[in-house]
Amino acid sequence: MPDGINTGIGASVTRVEDYRFLTGQGTYTDDINRPGQAYAYILRSPHAHARINGIDTTAAGAADGVVAIYTGADMQTGGLPCGWLIHSRDGSPMHEPPHPPLAQGKVRCLGDQVAIVIADSLSQAKAAAELIEVDYDVLPAVVDMKAAAGGGTLVHDDIGTNVCYDWVIGEEGDVDAALAGSAHVTEIDIVNNRLIANAMEPRAAVSDFDRATGEYTLYTTTQNPHVIRLLMGAFVLSIPEHKLRIVAPDVGGGFGSKIFHYAEEAILTWAAGKLARPIKWTAERSESFMTDAQGRDHVTTAKLGLDANGKFTALKVETMANMGAYLSTFASSVPTYLYATLLAGCYTTPVIFANVKAIFTNTVPVDAYRGAGRPEATYLLERIVNKAAKEMNLDPVEIRTRNFIPSDAFPYQTPVALQYDSGDYMATLKRAQELHDTAGFAARRAEAEARGKKLGLGYSTYLEACGIAPSAVAGALGARAGLYESAEVRVHPTGSVTIFTGTHSHGQGHETTFAQLVSERLGVPLENIEISHGDTNRVQFGMGTYGSRSLAVGGVALDKALDKIEAKAKKIAAHILEASTEDLEFNDGNFTVAGTDKAMAFGEVALAAYVPHNYPIEEIEPGLDEQAFYDPANFTYPGGCHICEVEIDPATGVTEVTKFTAVDDVGRVINPMIVAGQVHGGVAQGIGQALLEEAIYDPEGQLLTGSYMDYCMPRADNLPSIQVAHETTLCTHNSLGVKGCGEVGAIGSPPAVINAVLDALTDFGVEDIAMPATPARVWQAIQDAKA
Amino acid sequence: MPNLSMTVNGKAVQGEVEARTLLVQFLRENLDLTGTHVGCDTSQCGACVVHVNGAAMKSCTMLAMQAEGAEVTTIEGLADGDTLHPMQEAFRNNHGLQCGFCTPGMVMSAIDLVNRNPNPSEEEIRDGLEGNICRCTGYHNIVKSVAEAARVMGS
Repeated sequence: MPDGINTGIGASVTRVEDYRFLTGQGTYTDDINRPGQAYAYILRSPHAHARINGIDTTAAGAADGVVAIYTGADMQTGGLPCGWLIHSRDGSPMHEPPHPPLAQGKVRCLGDQVAIVIADSLSQAKAAAELIEVDYDVLPAVVDMKAAAGGGTLVHDDIGTNVCYDWVIGEEGDVDAALAGSAHVTEIDIVNNRLIANAMEPRAAVSDFDRATGEYTLYTTTQNPHVIRLLMGAFVLSIPEHKLRIVAPDVGGGFGSKIFHYAEEAILTWAAGKLARPIKWTAERSESFMTDAQGRDHVTTAKLGLDANGKFTALKVETMANMGAYLSTFASSVPTYLYATLLAGCYTTPVIFANVKAIFTNTVPVDAYRGAGRPEATYLLERIVNKAAKEMNLDPVEIRTRNFIPSDAFPYQTPVALQYDSGDYMATLKRAQELHDTAGFAARRAEAEARGKKLGLGYSTYLEACGIAPSAVAGALGARAGLYESAEVRVHPTGSVTIFTGTHSHGQGHETTFAQLVSERLGVPLENIEISHGDTNRVQFGMGTYGSRSLAVGGVALDKALDKIEAKAKKIAAHILEASTEDLEFNDGNFTVAGTDKAMAFGEVALAAYVPHNYPIEEIEPGLDEQAFYDPANFTYPGGCHICEVEIDPATGVTEVTKFTAVDDVGRVINPMIVAGQVHGGVAQGIGQALLEEAIYDPEGQLLTGSYMDYCMPRADNLPSIQVAHETTLCTHNSLGVKGCGEVGAIGSPPAVINAVLDALTDFGVEDIAMPATPARVWQAIQDAKA
Repeated sequence: MPNLSMTVNGKAVQGEVEARTLLVQFLRENLDLTGTHVGCDTSQCGACVVHVNGAAMKSCTMLAMQAEGAEVTTIEGLADGDTLHPMQEAFRNNHGLQCGFCTPGMVMSAIDLVNRNPNPSEEEIRDGLEGNICRCTGYHNIVKSVAEAARVMGS
């Protein structure tokens, strides 16, 4: 390795990108200003459901500094598309009501876009927006999913129902028969609380139009610039790709909420074309709360059958999933293929049936949020497994180990479509128990008891599917896009390297991890490697970053491009060293001829490729620049064990996470420091879901948790130190053996926390508690159980 | 529009601002010091923390005019040339940042915390950073970073 320092696979290299972030030199979208730019303010609906009888912009249009005001009457374009088509159990396609960027005669959720005001300054745009008179005919709102499913008020009149689709997986008859024949059936009603992603950087966009070339440029806070180009260009604005450039510069966190194509992106791009002037828009946090797609929001009833030995015989699940008022980009896939296909978890349940009804309500659209479907599946499984253990008088660990898929059973075909390639759930469980010192729990509990506190221990043994996705499989399941990834390795004449990746880093550290992959293969020091991402005019193509796919798909694409680089470089070196390629070895950046002292550094090969004086020109082209597109053969399947310990003050209900241990199998680890950081952050969001966070609407569809004063974000003093370790089984179907680590923390942790809370409350006889288990809820549960 | 002058990162600056202009707007828009970020509109997140006369201040919660004549330090003014401040160095060493958006405010708050309490316990660090929200790190490595920086700053 360069200078004897390991910068390759497995090294905890400090991050390349940190210097600019730590010195204030990061470039986020709101930091970008274009010459002559105007500022946009979006006038939004204050109502969850209303007919628009008219919009009077006369006074606003005459206000100081106003450049233009547009409403839905002006912007007659395509609607925002949904990227995944689900079919109902009767074979009919899901309902896809129009999703206009600017409201067309009706608003269907709080924050729906009504008009855009563009002015010379932001304060002028805001002041003018105050002068717009919108004549609303306020309609009853439907907020509760059960009420919506029953009909009554319709979110979209023309489809005649609020049920977007009614989808099933598995054979209901087989599952019913198995349940009927089971020694015991555990039933559970469970709610997965609605969350708001709250990336710390609010969404923003800067649009521009070049009259000379006819090219549109949009700087936007997105996780996948090429996807935005495709969706906005092809479906909404009819701008061909070669005239549309999307740039996602430094992006301040995403967690899923910045995957989707949002109305503001289309409105700003369209308006820049109309005005031939750059326009900037930045969401205020309160706007983010009411317009960023929200997450989770499932209501589920489930039955788990068990035989007399506690072996699972069948699982039946009925879920209602909230879509909000419109179908966001990937909304329809989340409660189906990212949820119900995960209901086997890490268990050998032989038959599973799930029915998912997706429901429209007059609330902000719901879509993927860190984990997307898999946290909902995991929460359901790990809660019902604990409940079954209690009912059958089994230890929660014992019931799990009796049902684990054994480590020698892979590849393992589940009854819900997926085939797991590798895993060792016993190994992650055992390691977590050791690290957590579960053996010492009884003593810790006694010590807490002596202080009048209740200590509880909770497990979650989870499995997830990520590395999204094999395109053919995704296509067969309704995806309207491929889900491969691309990489280009451009070796420059002096031996430095630029990597172009279609993934996007918004905190994950790709600029470091991907550089490590290159350093490992080519022996080039990190400072000579640049990772370029986020600009559709620089990067060939890409599907972006979500579903823990960057390394497992994008990294493997890079590995394949590096294969091509190495193969070509070897031919060049063999020619110059007058040896056959078979006799060449390539280690630490040097080609050597076995058994001789002949050698050539990679940098010399690079130079020869661009100065091909002595070169196998008849066999290969000059240059050293290779590209690869990689489409995975399967999903990847990280799994593991999370153990949570909570201490509850029964007098107040205050619950403190005192100890948390996560042992995850994420496949091969490229940078352990970065992987641990991903797990910490995911676990924090999971603890947030379990104890603190919930998006709440009142019956009129007003968001009651619309600021950081009301929506309880985890803060430093809400969280413990988190112990993280790994037990590794390699992914068997990609060349790096990697699985993905971005979502495991958020997927595995919530049921560990709630199982710990319920364990702590055992003495009071509390058997259920809803997320978030706030002090008020915990205290009330204790009082109710006492009564 | 009123005139305003102050010292930012050791340099005398002046500008014309509306009376309602916030300090963070003056820094970002007038001075192009975009390292100071705006993450919320209720003075909760702390992404905009700078030092005003040596103390941490949420610059979204202060009018620019209130900083008339003040000494302001932003994230851009911390490093000494290429030599990072020990707090910046500790954040880098301990992976105390991911997306980087909360980082400037977090670093400025943390320096103030250590200035006031040179030897903070984990609990004191967690309490002291309660006004800065990070969505990426779960705070685990931020706490480690601040503890390490406190050791370095104290030596």
